[in-house]
Amino acid sequence: MSLLDVRDLSIVFSRRGRRDVRAVDEVTFSVAAGETVGLVGESGCGKSVTSLAIMGLLPKRGAAVGGSIKFDGTELTSLPADKMRGLRGRDIAMVFQDPMTSLNPVIPIGLQVTEVLRRHRDMDAAAASKEAASLLERVGIPDPARRLKEYPHQLSGGMRQRALIAMALACKPRLLIADEPTTALDVTIQAQILELLKELVVDSGTALVMITHDLGVVAGMCDSVHVMYSGRIVERASRWELFEAPRHPYTAGLLASVPRLDQARGEKLEPIPGSPRDTIPWTQGCAFAPRCRNRIESCTQGAPELVADKLRPDHDLRCFNPIDVAEQEAVTL
Amino acid sequence: MSLQVAESAIQQAEHADEAGGGLWREAFRRLVRKPAAIIGAIFVAIFVIVAVFAPLIAPYSPTATDLSQIKGPGHIPGPSSTHWLGLDDLGRDVFSRMIYGARQSLVVGVVSMAFGMVGGIILGLLAGGLGGWVDATIMRFVDMMLAIPGLLFAIGIAAMLGQSLVSVMIAIGVVNIPVFARLLRGQMLAQREADYALAAKSLGVKRSRIILGHVFPNSLSPVIVQGTLTLATAIIEAAGLAFLGLSGADPAIPEWGRMLADTQKFLTSAPQLVFYPGIAIVLSALGFTLLGESLREALDPKNRR
Repeated sequence: MSLLDVRDLSIVFSRRGRRDVRAVDEVTFSVAAGETVGLVGESGCGKSVTSLAIMGLLPKRGAAVGGSIKFDGTELTSLPADKMRGLRGRDIAMVFQDPMTSLNPVIPIGLQVTEVLRRHRDMDAAAASKEAASLLERVGIPDPARRLKEYPHQLSGGMRQRALIAMALACKPRLLIADEPTTALDVTIQAQILELLKELVVDSGTALVMITHDLGVVAGMCDSVHVMYSGRIVERASRWELFEAPRHPYTAGLLASVPRLDQARGEKLEPIPGSPRDTIPWTQGCAFAPRCRNRIESCTQGAPELVADKLRPDHDLRCFNPIDVAEQEAVTL
Repeated sequence: MSLQVAESAIQQAEHADEAGGGLWREAFRRLVRKPAAIIGAIFVAIFVIVAVFAPLIAPYSPTATDLSQIKGPGHIPGPSSTHWLGLDDLGRDVFSRMIYGARQSLVVGVVSMAFGMVGGIILGLLAGGLGGWVDATIMRFVDMMLAIPGLLFAIGIAAMLGQSLVSVMIAIGVVNIPVFARLLRGQMLAQREADYALAAKSLGVKRSRIILGHVFPNSLSPVIVQGTLTLATAIIEAAGLAFLGLSGADPAIPEWGRMLADTQKFLTSAPQLVFYPGIAIVLSALGFTLLGESLREALDPKNRR
C-alpha cells in the first residue's frame, strides 16, 4: 500500500463578488515509501496548491478541498487541526521555494531548528541543540556550532536552504514535500541541494514529492512524473518513459523548450506558443487546446479523460490526439 | 612583514564582518554613521545626564530664594556670575530650576511613553494575534480613542483624575495607547502572512508559539521606533498640560511647562525667563525625534545593503 494516496483532489477558491477558481481538479496520484514523485508544470498549474492541501496549510475560509488525501491510511482532509499539527513536521514535512524568506530573520538559526526537535521529539534544550548541530552537519553546513548562533542574514542562500532542509528532516519524516526547492538558488548550488535531497531521501527511506517546473530536476531525481496543466494531471509515466516518449503535446512542448547539449548548434528552441492564461475551462474541452499544435475538432468539445495509453504500458494520458510514438522517434532522429 | 600585517588586517576585517549580530546590531552600525542620529543622541544624552545627576550639577536648591539680589518690586535680575541664567520673580536660581525641570520631564516622558507602549502592545497583540471578533472589538475601541483629539483627551483624563503628576502621566499614556495598538496589530497582520510563518506552521509549530515567538518579535521594531518618537511628543504634551495648570499641586517643584506658564506674565520685562524652558522643551523633543527618525531609517529593510 502506498504511503500517500491522493484521490480526485479538487481545490476551489471562492471569494465574495468573484467567480470561483478551480485551481486543482481530479488530481489523483500516490507515493510509495521511499519513492520520489515529480509534479511538473508551469506557474499557476496548481502544483503548489496541491502541496499546501496535503500539508493542510490552505486557509480554512475561501478554499474548498474536495476528494481524499490519505496518508498511511489516515484521511487528512477531515483530520482535526490539532492532529494535523502533530503530523506536520513529524511525519510530513515541507521545504519551501525561497530560503531567503522562509527563515525567521530575528531569531538565530539554532533556535529555529531546536524548536522542531523540542516540539515533536520532546528533547530538552541541551539535547536539542546537540541534535541540531549534528543535523546541520548532516546537511553539509560546516562549523555547525557557530552557525547555530547566527542569524539567517549571515548565511548564504544555499546554506539557508540546507538549514531549512535540516529543519524539515529533523524528525525523520516519512514524507517530504519539496516545493521548487532550488528555484531561488544559483545553478551551482542547485545541483548541490538536489544531490543532498537525493542522498537524504535514499538514506532515510523518505518518500519525496518534488514539485518543480524544471525538467532537469525531474530527470535527475524522480521515479515517476506527473505533468500538470491548468489544475489537472495531463500525463503520467515513469521518468524514462516520459523523457523517451512524451505523448501529450504539452509534455513534448516542455521538453522541446529546454536546451539540450546534444542538440545541433544553431538549432532553435521551440517555445510553446501562448501563455498558461490562454486556456479554456476543462468543462468545455481540453484546457491546453488553444496552445496545442495537435489540436483536432473534438478537443474543444468536452474534456478528455485521464486514461491508460493504448500504445505504451504504464503511461496515462489525457489527450484526444496524442503525439504518435513513431513520429516522436522521427523527431528525435 | 608588511604582507603579514596586511594579511592579519584582512583576517580581522573578515572576522569583524562575521561577528556581526542580528537585526539590531546591524541597525546600530548604520545608526552611528548618521549625523542626525549622533546629534539626536548627544541631545538625549545631555538631557538624561542632567536629569539623573541634577542634585550634583545644580549650584543651588531649586526652591532656595536669594532675595539679596532683588532690588525692589518687579525687579528680576538677569544672568550674572553667581546666577548663570539669572533669578526668577521669586528670587530662585533659574539654572538650578531648569536642571531639576529636566528630571520632571524625563520621568513624565519615559513613564507615560512606557504606559502607552505597554498598553498598546497588549491591545495590539491581542488584536493581531487572535484576530476575528477580538480584533474587531479592540480595533473599534481604538478607533474611538483615536477620534478624540490627543491633547483634549489628555486634558479630560488629567482633569478627571485630579491635579497630579501621576494623572498627567496616565493621561499622556492613555492617549498614546491607540497609536501603539494600531501599529503593532497592522505589523502583525502583515508578518503573519510571511513565508517563515508558513514554514513554521508546516513544521507543526503551535499557533500560539508562531504568534508569540515568530510574528511578535518581527513586528516589534516599528513599535520601538514609535516609542522613541513618542518620548518627544510626551515631553511636549507634559509641558502643555503643566502649562494649562494640570500637573502637580506643588508649585515649588520645577517643571518646564509650568515655568513657561508662570513666567509668561514677565514676557516684556524679563523675556529670558520664558525663553529658557521653551528652548529646553524644543531641544529635548528634537533630540528624541532625530534619534527616533534615524532609528526608523536604520531599521528599514529598504535601506539595507
